[in-house]
Amino acid sequence: MDTRLLAFLLISLVKVIVVVVILLMAVAYTVLLERKLVGRIQNRWGPSRVGPFGLLQPLVDGAKLFLKEDLMPEAVYRPLYILAPIIALGCALMSIAVVPFGANIPWKGVDLFQISDVNIGLLVLLGITSIGVYGIALSGWSSNNKYSLLGALRASAQVISYELALGLSLIGVVLRTGSLRLRDIVDIQATHGLLSWNFFGGFQFVAFFIYLMAAYAETNRSPFDLPEAESELTAGYHTEYSSMKFAMFFMAEYGNMITVGCVATLLFFGGWTSPFGHFGQGGGPVSTAFLSIFWFVIKVFFFLFLYIWVRGTLPRFRYDQLMGFGWKFLVPVAIANIVATSFCIGLRLPVH
Amino acid sequence: MHLALFIIFAGLCVAGALNLLLQRHPINSALSLIVVMSSLSVLYLLLGAEFLAAAQVIVYSGAIMVLFTFVIMLLNAGREERTHGSKLAYIAGFPGAAALLGLLAYIFLSQRTTFGNARLGEYLATTGDLSRVLFRDLLLPFEVTSVLILIAILGAVALARKEH
Repeated sequence: MDTRLLAFLLISLVKVIVVVVILLMAVAYTVLLERKLVGRIQNRWGPSRVGPFGLLQPLVDGAKLFLKEDLMPEAVYRPLYILAPIIALGCALMSIAVVPFGANIPWKGVDLFQISDVNIGLLVLLGITSIGVYGIALSGWSSNNKYSLLGALRASAQVISYELALGLSLIGVVLRTGSLRLRDIVDIQATHGLLSWNFFGGFQFVAFFIYLMAAYAETNRSPFDLPEAESELTAGYHTEYSSMKFAMFFMAEYGNMITVGCVATLLFFGGWTSPFGHFGQGGGPVSTAFLSIFWFVIKVFFFLFLYIWVRGTLPRFRYDQLMGFGWKFLVPVAIANIVATSFCIGLRLPVH
Repeated sequence: MHLALFIIFAGLCVAGALNLLLQRHPINSALSLIVVMSSLSVLYLLLGAEFLAAAQVIVYSGAIMVLFTFVIMLLNAGREERTHGSKLAYIAGFPGAAALLGLLAYIFLSQRTTFGNARLGEYLATTGDLSRVLFRDLLLPFEVTSVLILIAILGAVALARKEH
């Protein structure tokens, strides 16, 4: 095998391992962040015993989940019961592969801050999201439990309905960019800092709010967490799961939250670019790389914070309200946004 | 590299299709169909049709097959019973299928020069190229097809509506 291919494979492997490890750590600490913040919102401390400020809590939780007994109920359909959490977690981790974390810095012909730069990155993200539903649907069905089945049915219906609004809300951004490549989408937002971000300068704030609401429903997070509504369905689709299999669903949920944060950052908030434009930039390639990573992480953290804030604040929707909201409000508004955006772009084009 | 991927995913596609027919439980058949759809999308990608590959995953494996599994779960369809089938199927079915296969193979092989060859991984049709063909050159057929789908939706609503 020639050395260039070998170098490419090795660097890619290292990138994949580093990104997955960082993502899993981020997932663990997002759980801690949620427990801390929700605790503060409810006027209590949250985890505070293990380590300083409870910082070691995620590690201890992980160890606990590994050591727990892995119960396998008698009546489950075994192949799918085992496959379902793997699909859920696999899809949650896979979508990070196309996300660019920082400025394009090639090293030996390989992009350092993105695992793979795909022409159709945005569509790949949507495709992986749409496959991820199977994890939930199959887990509920194979558990052979009424609550699980009802949770899975709710989840499938909800995700299919909101996928429509989610896809439509992204079209405005794609229209402005003229490309489905995530790097191109960020690059056109890079010129004047905050003012050229799609959210402010691109007038895509309507699309952003539609995306945000649809994404909350896609990830089964509060206020749209009906598939796992405790008061009605005990724990929904993962009622029968225990030990690491349950933890895989849990990690998949937080992994999806991080992906949504990344996509919102890339599409509407300028990705890794600084809000101050080129002001205050400069220095060598190393400082540029670190600054771009810094801005990206800050923005994603903001979205995670928002997720948790919403969860601590808003009550859960009723099921008919959820469906009515998705189909009768979000989809028409998203279509109106596409019409308005394409009209504006059409007005600016030179007449042939 | 391309050839290896083609062999793997073409094999997966055929295996999924066979499994779809042989499985007795509808949910297993539906899952095999998902495998077929997803490996087809990889084949599209190998032929350079990137948008088609993504659309195949999003529309077919994502949306349509989720609805299939949704309906199977909702109706709680059980294991199907195996019947011996009709005699006619045995007498006419197998020779008919073999004759169709032979005819298609004959046509493809004899007209090979006029069809031209597709090479794996040689040509890339970008989304821009595709949309230029779809919305400029083939605009009328494309719009007529969308009207067809609209009619199908209206028909489904009319059939499913409760009579008062």
